[in-house]
Parts: sequence; C-alpha cells; structure tokens
Amino acid sequence: MKPTIDWPRNDYSRVPFRLHHDPALYEAEMERIFRGPAWSYLCLEAEIPGPGDFRTTWVGDTPVVVSRAKDGAIHAFVNRCSHRGAMIVRELRGTAERHVCLYHRWCYSGAGDLTGLPFRKGLKGEGGMPEEFDMKAESPRKLAVANVHGMLFGTFQPQRADPIEAYLGEFGMGIIKRFLARPVRVLGYSRQRIAGNWKLYAENLRDTYHASLLHEFFVTYGVDRATQKGGVKMDARHRHNMNHAYAASDSQEDAKAAYADTAARLDRMQLRDGKLLQFRNEFEDGMNLAAPTFFPNALLIQINNSLATRQIRPKGVDAHEVFQTVFGYADDDEAMTRHRLISANLVGPAGLVSMEDGEAIEVVQKATRSAGAACAVVEMGGRGPVRDLAHRVTETPIRGFWSYWAELMGVEPEGAIR
Amino acid sequence: MKVPGEVRETFTALMADYAMAIDENRLEDWVELFEEDCDYKVVTRENVEQGLPNVLMWCDNKNMLRDRIGSYRHVNLYNLHYDRHVLGPLHCTGNEGPVWHFEVSYSLFQTDLEGASRLFSVGRYRVEALLEGDSARLRSVTVIADTGLVPSLLATPL
Repeated sequence: MKPTIDWPRNDYSRVPFRLHHDPALYEAEMERIFRGPAWSYLCLEAEIPGPGDFRTTWVGDTPVVVSRAKDGAIHAFVNRCSHRGAMIVRELRGTAERHVCLYHRWCYSGAGDLTGLPFRKGLKGEGGMPEEFDMKAESPRKLAVANVHGMLFGTFQPQRADPIEAYLGEFGMGIIKRFLARPVRVLGYSRQRIAGNWKLYAENLRDTYHASLLHEFFVTYGVDRATQKGGVKMDARHRHNMNHAYAASDSQEDAKAAYADTAARLDRMQLRDGKLLQFRNEFEDGMNLAAPTFFPNALLIQINNSLATRQIRPKGVDAHEVFQTVFGYADDDEAMTRHRLISANLVGPAGLVSMEDGEAIEVVQKATRSAGAACAVVEMGGRGPVRDLAHRVTETPIRGFWSYWAELMGVEPEGAIR
Repeated sequence: MKVPGEVRETFTALMADYAMAIDENRLEDWVELFEEDCDYKVVTRENVEQGLPNVLMWCDNKNMLRDRIGSYRHVNLYNLHYDRHVLGPLHCTGNEGPVWHFEVSYSLFQTDLEGASRLFSVGRYRVEALLEGDSARLRSVTVIADTGLVPSLLATPL
C-alpha cells in the first residue's frame, strides 16, 4: 500500500513527527529503501581479506551475509534459509567453504547458492523432494555488491539503482578514497542501541547546527566550533552530506564572542592530560573533523585521529543500533595505534563528544509520540532549494535527506524540491 | 587460588568502595581509589574474543580519569539516571609481591528518574591492585563488558 504524507511545505522545512512513529511507514521504508534501489553500506573489505572469509551484517532489518569466494569475488546474500527461514549463518564472522543451516542442514555456497540438501532423493526410494525442485531458483535473494576503495555497498535492486559512482557522486567517491587511501586495519567494534527511530540518527548526522551546542566538549576544548573554517557539502541529489572543519582555523576570541549567549565554558575547563585532543595531521586537506554520511545507513567519521565507519541498523520503528567499526591503517606503528585508541575516547557510545546524541534522540522519540500532526522545524540555514554551504550553522542537509527519502518512498509533495 | 582471608577482605572492601562510589555519584571518590600511575579501560567481550584492541573508554593515568569525571560534571549531557552495581565474589589469579591480580563479575542496573530500572551492563573486572598493609589501591582495571550493545549511551564509569 502506498503511504501518504501531508507535507506542509515542499522544501521539507517542516517534517511531521509521525514519520518516526508509524509502523506502516517503517515497513514501507524497509521495502522501498533498504530492499529497494538504495546502496547500503555492508562492511569493510578488510574484514573479509581471505577466501572463504565472511561477516554477517544488516541491510535495514534484513540479515545479510557478506563473503569472499575462493576466486576473491565478494558476495552478499540474505541470511535466511530458503527452506523454513532459519538464519543460515549465526556467527558474527568466520571462514568457511560453505554454510549449512542448522535446522535441516540445507547447504549454501560462499556465494549464497543453495547447493545441496539432505535426503533430496529420499531414502530407499521413498520420500525426498520432487524431481523438478530447482535449487538455483530457490537460493536466497542476493545483493549486488560494489567495492568503493575497500568500503562495500550492496543493493537489492541493481537494475533500478544508480550505478554506485553516480549514486555516491564525485563527492562520495572522493571522500571515501580520502579515508581509505591506505590499507586499513580494523581495531574493533562498538555497538549502541538507541531507543529512537533510525531517521533521527540520520537527521542528527546531517545537522551541523547541533554539533557545537549539544556536544559542549567540542566547544569547550576547541575540537570543533562553528567558528572554525568548514561547512557542509552534499552530492548533487543531496542524499549524502559531509560536515567538516579545519583544525585550528578559528581564534579563541572569535569563539568566545560567538558562544557568549550559550552555556559553553570556554575558559574554565582545561584538560590535565592534553593527549586526548592531540591531532597528528595525516591528511593532505588538513581537516580534523570530517563526517561524510551516505544515504541510507552509513557514515565515515574522523575526529582528530580517531577513524570509524558507522552503520545504522533499524530495529523496529522506535529503535536502532549504531554499529561502529573503528579502524587505523595497516602501516600504523604501535604508538599510532595507541594514539588512535586514546582518541577513540572521543567517539562511540561513551565518546566525550558523541555520547549526547543517544540521549537527544531518545528524548525526541519520547516526546514526539504524542505529537499528532505537529512537525519539526528545519529552517536553520534557510528554506527553499538545498545547496552546499561554506558555514556550519545549518541543518539544510536534513532537508536533502528527506527529499530523497520522499522520492524513494513515493511520497514527494507537489512541486517538491530535490 | 587460595588467598589469605585478610587479603581477600581488603580487596573485597576495595571493590565495594568502587561500586558504592559510582552508585552514590561520588565519582571523585571513585577516582581516588586509583594510583597516580593507573590504567582504566572499558572493552567489550566481542572485541576481546576477536583479539581486537578497541576501547569504549581508556584512561592510561589518573589525570585522564580526573578529566573524564570533570567532563561529566561540567561539560557532558547524558541520560539522567542512578547506577546500582551488584558484584560477585573475588576470584584471585595470582600476585607478584604486593601486586595482586583478581577478577570480579558485575551486574550494573540503571534506574531512570521515574524509577524504571533496567539491566545496563554485565561483565567482569580484571583488576591489578597494590596491597599496602590493610589498605589497597587500584593500579589497573579493565572492564570486560559482555554487554557490547550499549543501551542508549555509556557515560558514568562501569
């Protein structure tokens, strides 16, 4: 059934709160976006380096296996047995030549093809599957996989999806290359379950306005302030975006003047151990903060020398998991790895500059359940057409997100901006 | 390993102080249980079992602990809650002179301002502590959380 939405405006500067609460919309999102023509982030290629290596992941609420076949090719398929629907692979990761469902031992290749099942021909001429049973036709649904500089994306509808280069655009392709120019070494994972709709997280990532206000640590210690040089960039379709800032590009005086009317404590606090905030510039562009977001479920994030991908895993209409993969580079020495791990104090579920997001999203979810037809106000940075901005007091990319969301959902308002 | 009763008692009291200081929101007192040259780390079992070094928190000296607590007090905003630890018995794994190694299981419940409680984290502490007479100080605490899926967010220490 086609959902309908009463958008008060065609530029998404008003967003009905019910979009975070309607279970029917959630089901439609899973179908039209995650199992539709969007490219979702799966995992890093570095996580499945060898033949037979696999990892389980999620695309929306669909469980997926990503695996590397003997010939090195990477496959992704739905982690659900064709027979009775059991999860085929139950481990988080591993190496296997084939995957066997525990329930009735149906057997799948690393590429996700059904290759055998016990008693197919019955026993002593009795029972068994019908002669015409077609294993190939009954294999789990596959995703097309694209490898972008070692970041793996998958889509269920490659025939409808833009080719990955066009989907990510010059912006997306370029920024992924910037993060993954050197071979990566995965340092580990963190997970966080936030009791809020997944789109609240997607919005949060596109809201530069909140960064230096909610995350007071940023401002207090000068990691990230709206007064720094930086801004937001988007792809041509405005579905992806990047909030970014350049290290040490503002002065303490500018910051003090700008934050005079907020609660930020620019003078009072000083760290006893400054290494937490040390930034060793390792990128040509000199950015110390870069957070490119890819519709619908991914983020690359750099805060100083802490690097990670994040994957949004929707868990019903009112919860999502944020799965973070922290990485460094294969040629990091021990001191650099240690420095990255110390920097990791800043990010993740216990991150000194990120912990507030979980709370902000949960209190929005709590308070908007009863909001009826009320809408969020999304006007910081202006109304009307969506475009890149060379300043950081904006939430314009949120409107970009909704415009693409509405397109895929088939619910654009009349005269919608794109 | 078999441990003299008074040693066990001293470390049990140390860990009770540890838990109570957090639960009663005396985080500054909690910091004071550590030596100056200390290490406090929160890791998850998922990472440990894969041999991966990622941390959720890592303070490799007491000043970093002070910074974190200072940040909670003055800078960070987080879910308003009460903590309640329930600790298991001390499991000693060895000692080198006055430096003792032991592990303790914990359950940590969180209660919100409206009184709703939930299991927030379960796991174990791997501890290195220095025994001086009948008092003890923490040299190193590694919290290995079975609960890798952090509910909401992790602010106050485990």
